[in-house]
Amino acid sequence: MAGQTLYDKLWSRHLVKERDDGTALIYIDRHLLHEVTSPQAFEGLRLAGRKPWRLDTNLATPDHNVPTTLKERAEGNAGIVDPVSRIQVETLDDNCTSFGIEEFRINDARQGIVHVVGPEQGATQPGMTVVCGDSHTATHGAFGALAHGIGTSEVEHVLATQCLIQRKMKNMQVRVEGELGLGVTAKDIVLAVIGKIGTAGGTGYAIEFAGSAIRDLSMEGRMTICNMAIEAGARVGLVAVDETTVEYLRRRPFAPSEEYWDAAVADWRELVSDDDAPFDKVVELDAAEIEPQVTWGTSPEMVAGVGAQVPDPAAAGDETVQRGVSRALEYMGLHAGQQITDIQLDKVFIGSCTNSRIEDLREAAKVAKGRKVADSIQLAMVVPGSGLVKRQAEEEGLDKIFLEAGFEWREPGCSMCLAMNADKLGTGEHCASTSNRNFEGRQGYGGRTHLVSPAMAAAAAIAGHFVDVRDFGAERAANDDSQVQEA
Amino acid sequence: MRQFDRHQGLVAPMDRANVDTDLIIPKQFLKSIKRTGFGPNLFDELRYLDEGYPGQDVANRPLNPDFVLNQTRYQGASVLLARRNFGCGSSREHAPWALEDFGFRVIIAPSFADIFFNNAFKNGLLLITFDEATVDRLFREAEAEEGYRLDVDLEKQQVTTPSGEVLTFEVDSFRKHCLLEGLDDIGLTLKDADAIDDFEKRHRQARPWLFRQAG
Ligand code: SF4
Repeated sequence: MAGQTLYDKLWSRHLVKERDDGTALIYIDRHLLHEVTSPQAFEGLRLAGRKPWRLDTNLATPDHNVPTTLKERAEGNAGIVDPVSRIQVETLDDNCTSFGIEEFRINDARQGIVHVVGPEQGATQPGMTVVCGDSHTATHGAFGALAHGIGTSEVEHVLATQCLIQRKMKNMQVRVEGELGLGVTAKDIVLAVIGKIGTAGGTGYAIEFAGSAIRDLSMEGRMTICNMAIEAGARVGLVAVDETTVEYLRRRPFAPSEEYWDAAVADWRELVSDDDAPFDKVVELDAAEIEPQVTWGTSPEMVAGVGAQVPDPAAAGDETVQRGVSRALEYMGLHAGQQITDIQLDKVFIGSCTNSRIEDLREAAKVAKGRKVADSIQLAMVVPGSGLVKRQAEEEGLDKIFLEAGFEWREPGCSMCLAMNADKLGTGEHCASTSNRNFEGRQGYGGRTHLVSPAMAAAAAIAGHFVDVRDFGAERAANDDSQVQEA
Repeated sequence: MRQFDRHQGLVAPMDRANVDTDLIIPKQFLKSIKRTGFGPNLFDELRYLDEGYPGQDVANRPLNPDFVLNQTRYQGASVLLARRNFGCGSSREHAPWALEDFGFRVIIAPSFADIFFNNAFKNGLLLITFDEATVDRLFREAEAEEGYRLDVDLEKQQVTTPSGEVLTFEVDSFRKHCLLEGLDDIGLTLKDADAIDDFEKRHRQARPWLFRQAG
């Protein structure tokens, strides 16, 4: 019999029932909740007189609407200026209280972006099924967990039944072999993958990221990659379990206790694709060839290496694609042939569930250290992914590096990733952003988003326009790196 | 869930690939804790020339005359003709809620994003996939002929054009069944409560650490 992929193994471990029509009931081990996609689900439960199936799988935290300035945060929910946002956060609090669901509230040190909080708490573990009413739930696949983004009806379904109705996906493997160049990061890998396969390239697939370049990444790097699987169209991104995974989880609050630790680790070690496992599709990339990436358009697939030029619509695929490129350039205020490094910036955002973990902040801080944000930049902000990331960064003195360089140092939340709170772009403003979506209006009405890595965002803040981070103190970064690892 | 069996409606062609969920319903409207009332803000950034905010009276907002849904000939449209990868982006169910609230019942495109596809069916919308060439042809016909309507029969899995041409489409049998009957997924799944219970017992035995809380 042919071997099984990691996805196949996770699927069969959670299969409750196969139905005649080809759908299946899949058991869910962890359900993460936030304020935006849950209120209608709780309301649905209440209307139908239903109760959550199992309480201890649920963990909630508000993230999308929370303000990120200290002044507002000091007042808790009352500090949320927009009354509609405040009601949404209060509704989450009320629902969690009345249904008995554990929640890290707005000013709990453990609060943060749900996809940062789950792993950081050890609430995301290998071999689990993890769902959340948020498409970036793919992030948790970095642990060898089967993680899906779901809609609100499914949030209600999981609460009520502990299951999800699914159809098995196809298997895709993205192999990235070789060594990344200096200053090139996980974010650049995933943007390069999306550039190669397109935003619909992964539709219908679970993508497993494999190869030596993936193995060499930290858990933070792997999370960045799986996080953006959805931007390649795949609901699920995966990385096989190895020592890095196990070490990351050791002694996290929700991790298996002493009593079960060894058994759990033995179980997790099986969570790799068998050597002879068949994939429906394999995509290969050479890590050494990946340049720091910058998106120039309004879809994550509209991406290029920092040394490249903005493309010419006339040379871009079929008519539908050409129209898309023209429209994107018009919206972005760019013209064909323009050097990426000539794009002038107004704002810089370092944060989001893609790049707001401690390692991301360290990378950005290395570039920012001893330098100043360019005068032409109106706002450069760093928003840690959780209260605990913030605390850790402050212990390492990263906050001081950022503040001295002229960045703002904020409280944790989604912030300008989608601009549901007060942090947003104005019309026509260009932003170097470490987030995951550059859709029209995503970061504010008429705002122009360029997706980049944390190091590239920090370098752009210093220069006022995009620069190749490799020409920009990458050597210094490399030296610092060895120190960090030794420490 | 609203039931769907057969629908005849005016077609609005939206000629744009990769329409994402931020375009379908911008984030400022996701703050609502209700499921209804999103229709006036469907495609907000394309439909209006100013920036929208929740709770505003849309009657006085300047309309973008170039946007397809603002054109007189498409008023009352209930079938949306779209391009590839429609609904990409976030998992927000507010996207299908807004489409439904606006009055759409059917969306036809060469492909849809996965999560959106799922969400749409759970809200009584029928999503139909035809190959690019067929969609192209429907675009040409709908643009050429004012009052272009399609007759969509879910039971027979057929779309009939004004000229009488019949196009058949594929639909997942479970989704079809739920739409035809207007069934609620949760009720159906709970019929399998015993199977879930059994699975849970075995799962707990095999992997007890999955059933513990933080200490
Ligand atoms: S950080 Fe951005 S992408 Fe991530 S959960 Fe928050 S809003 Fe969504």
